[in-house]
Amino acid sequence: MIISVASGKGGTGKTMVATSFAFSLKNDFQVQLLDADVEEPNSHIFLKPVFDKTDEVSVTVPSVNKDRCNYCGTCAEVCAFNAIAVVKDVVLTFPELCHGCGACSYLCPRQAISEIPNRIGVVETGSAGKISFVQGKLGIGQTMPTPVVRKVKDYVNRKKIAIIDAAPGTSCPVIAAIKDSDFCLLVTEPTPFGLNDLKLAVETVRQLEVPCGLVLNRTGVGDSGVEEYCRKANIPILLTIPLDLNIARFYSEGITLAEGMPEWQKEFREVLQKIQEITGERNSST
Amino acid sequence: MKIAISASSPSLDSEVNPRFGRCKMFIIANPESMDFETIDNAGESAGGGAGIATAQMITQKGVEAVITGNCGPNAHKVLTAAGIKIITGANGTVREAIEDYKSGKFSASDEPNVSDHFGMGGGRGHGKGGAI
Repeated sequence: MIISVASGKGGTGKTMVATSFAFSLKNDFQVQLLDADVEEPNSHIFLKPVFDKTDEVSVTVPSVNKDRCNYCGTCAEVCAFNAIAVVKDVVLTFPELCHGCGACSYLCPRQAISEIPNRIGVVETGSAGKISFVQGKLGIGQTMPTPVVRKVKDYVNRKKIAIIDAAPGTSCPVIAAIKDSDFCLLVTEPTPFGLNDLKLAVETVRQLEVPCGLVLNRTGVGDSGVEEYCRKANIPILLTIPLDLNIARFYSEGITLAEGMPEWQKEFREVLQKIQEITGERNSST
Repeated sequence: MKIAISASSPSLDSEVNPRFGRCKMFIIANPESMDFETIDNAGESAGGGAGIATAQMITQKGVEAVITGNCGPNAHKVLTAAGIKIITGANGTVREAIEDYKSGKFSASDEPNVSDHFGMGGGRGHGKGGAI
């Protein structure tokens, strides 16, 4: 079963929820935590995994054979991302703009373009106690997180409970992370900002036809806008976490909620039950 | 001999558009006769690589120099490969820019004068990574 954890807004507690969820289920289920926030993976700070393997993530970029090229300019014309320019007898390629679609190579009338791999990031795998841990990391200077997110998801094991920690926002890397999930847990805070971005996130998951539910974090401040919206939009609130000094203190020391305050593990296990009731799916206990 | 000037409207009295890759249009002018034609800039609305697309288009116009406000590294690379001189920092009207070019007031810039995505407005990061 795949459960993604997302939020429109940044800093709402996605990573704390994802890691606490994994931590709370690890004794009863086989659990995977996949950090798909590849521009700033940080679940590892809470779960402290030991990595034993690093796999490279590449996209293909064009390589031009000058002996075959007649500088006709077709490649530059067909490139939707302006990653190739042809001037006089020079072909300039811009790998950082290339999306690896292969159109230049496919449509070159002289078969002068081959595709070569360009490393854009890595996927690291290991374990944090009983939790199997996967994280993607986008390389420095690279601008395409989405292929790294897709690669992270290649490691999903549907027989386990796979918890995917997505990036904030609603753009391509987030969509890639949520897509094909059985359920999406949205995390937000009870403020006008949390509400604004939650609406965007809900639109996104509904477009992807992934059922969703809410974790409302830092309750006790703000307003009732999020709760009113959830009632109207028929989004179940599966868990509320108060704004609490103890939670903040553990957080500040890099300790996730369910580890620092074990009484919360039961709450997270109940979240899984609620998700299973909604999706009708069940993972058997270990 | 022709030169290209980034412009906001199809007239010699248009202001020089400060952006190269995302300007509205170019005026391709003969500085001696002041005859000119106007071409729309298809790169203006490019999702990414606007400077490259625009530079690629300019290289097909047979100009010896480009006058604009700012030119980023990718556009600079393409124009340089085509042997086109790049003059940045221009302001005022297109007519004044052409006059200044004739009188030798400008010197070509050997390096891009702004970083990539400079002319995108609305904050960095827009359009990066894009739709894949």
